[in-house]
Amino acid sequence: MRLGFCPGLPASEVVKALIPLTWEIVARGLGEIGRLLGIVAASVVVLEGLAYLILYRLLRYKYALPFMLLLPALVGVMALIIYPFGFNIYLAFSNMNMFRFKEFSVGLSHGITNLLDVFRLPVLQKVTFFQLLSRTVLWTVINVACHVLGGLGLAILLNRPMRGKGIYRTLLVVPWALPQVISALAWKGEFHYQYGFVNLMLERMGLHPVQWLTDPRWAFVAVVLVNVWLGIPFMMVVLLGGLQSISQDYYDAAQIDGASAWQQFRAVTMPLLKPVLTPAVILGVVWTFNNFNVIYLVTKGGPMEGTDLLVTSMYKAVFEFYRYGFGAAYALVIFVFLFIFSAVYLRLSGGFKGAWES
Amino acid sequence: MTTGAARRSAFRRARGDSPAKRALIHAVLIAACVASVYPLLRVISVSLRPSNQLLSTNLALIPPGASLENYRALIFDRDFTIWLWNSLVVAATSVLVGLMLAATAAYAFSRWKFPGRRAGLLFLLTTQMIPAGMLLLPIYILVVRLKLFNTYTGMTVAYSVGSVPFSIWILKGYYDTIPRELDEAALVDGASPLMAFYRVIVPLSTPALAIAGLFGFMTAWNDFMMARVMLQKATMFTWPIGFQKLMDQFQTAWGQFAAASVLVAIPALALFLYSSKWLVSGMTLGGVKE
Repeated sequence: MRLGFCPGLPASEVVKALIPLTWEIVARGLGEIGRLLGIVAASVVVLEGLAYLILYRLLRYKYALPFMLLLPALVGVMALIIYPFGFNIYLAFSNMNMFRFKEFSVGLSHGITNLLDVFRLPVLQKVTFFQLLSRTVLWTVINVACHVLGGLGLAILLNRPMRGKGIYRTLLVVPWALPQVISALAWKGEFHYQYGFVNLMLERMGLHPVQWLTDPRWAFVAVVLVNVWLGIPFMMVVLLGGLQSISQDYYDAAQIDGASAWQQFRAVTMPLLKPVLTPAVILGVVWTFNNFNVIYLVTKGGPMEGTDLLVTSMYKAVFEFYRYGFGAAYALVIFVFLFIFSAVYLRLSGGFKGAWES
Repeated sequence: MTTGAARRSAFRRARGDSPAKRALIHAVLIAACVASVYPLLRVISVSLRPSNQLLSTNLALIPPGASLENYRALIFDRDFTIWLWNSLVVAATSVLVGLMLAATAAYAFSRWKFPGRRAGLLFLLTTQMIPAGMLLLPIYILVVRLKLFNTYTGMTVAYSVGSVPFSIWILKGYYDTIPRELDEAALVDGASPLMAFYRVIVPLSTPALAIAGLFGFMTAWNDFMMARVMLQKATMFTWPIGFQKLMDQFQTAWGQFAAASVLVAIPALALFLYSSKWLVSGMTLGGVKE
């Protein structure tokens, strides 16, 4: 129990001695987890018992054992990934919203209305789907381009014998190593007009402070800056690994043939880096396109929806405007866009084959 | 003896970066390092500010009158310890459940050529393409209907499966590198296939289990989006939600937010740096096929 005031003692002394985490809370947590683990274990036993009877005893199936080993994971993935995915499609054909959370109806007409609404009405209050889409594409292109260029530049600088290489590498991965929530929130503070270091530094350099979080255009610049800062280390590490796997012999041969540094880069580095670069770029695009944390934590999509992306506006449509049916349809549209992009990109670039199936 | 290395270094020396170029490279790298680390130093600096200096325009890294007041207020007056506990409970349990599901499934994928094996592996990969944001609404509605809103159970269940497909891939790749002769030897000695799995495969694959576990733990521990949806009660907040609430009170709680960030970020940083080499080698090991 937390003591607020105790007669006879100064209140602050009593409070000082106690942290809010009490034994009751710990015990409650452990109890609930114990119960959960018990239920999970019991259902696995029941499931496996049934599978044993059916596959092994009844059918005498040759692969009974591997299927029994797979079963718990399969049920889990079905229940928590595939079923929600299907349920989302179902919701897209419903008129569920805040007022119709329990008594909603489902039908093709609702689905069509929801889908049309995605394209013809503002998604929230102001910005339309196509504006959001183009902004998201712009956001993705700028970010991934900066990640690749910055990461490649640093990787090339680091890919040579030099003093302090380990220290540089360690310091440069810090943005990747920090929890994203912390970095995003910290950056939000640093973009504060009066007290954030960004404006303070601009002022010391004799420049005007910028309305980072209240002017939509500058807010977009701010979130891009944060996300570029966050994303460069990943690309740097991946590309450095790729560079290190390129044998020096190629460069030696190129030098004997009299190739300039730029020609070596174009003819040796880039082609040999491609198997590493392609999957990294795909991952980067998908992550950036779907980014929620940076936008939501730094600007909440504001001001005036000026930094909302597809994903954050979907989140707000659902959890702030309570338009569940519409939000489900919207999520589906976003998914289709992303899916088409990935399929096209995989086909064009030969895909993950080089990286994973060697 | 002209080994490759000797030849290489000879070439390097012949090509030799000029001192000016070397100085330039170091200058660029130092600038990049400052840009990458400075925000963290700022967070540390803000966390040390005394309350009467919280909103100051001073850029000194060690603020005048530095004190640990923010840390004290954070730990004793805020629910910081509860947030950490909640995050720990949810992340640890979901990793435990997720790893148990993934380990046995990966074993099946690695050792038997059952029908549907390739399709199953591909299917797992495809599930990773579904953006998390899309599953948010359906999972939220299911959780509300099952009365698991604001509970550890709801959070744990939602997190545990998320990293299962990835873990299966990592573990399967690693099991593939363990010679079959080892589990066959156990079978010859009279062990059941399950015994062989627990006695031979699991102990040998601890590095891969650790990597998959670490990955799953980090995902759950750092998650903001799902927690934001599933938790409304202040005593159930995980740390990312609590931190966001702190930052909403920027004018008064910036220093406490900074202190909280330092306390969470420093262990995370240490763990990341410690495990990063290991992580990369584990990933590539997983990629090696027989």
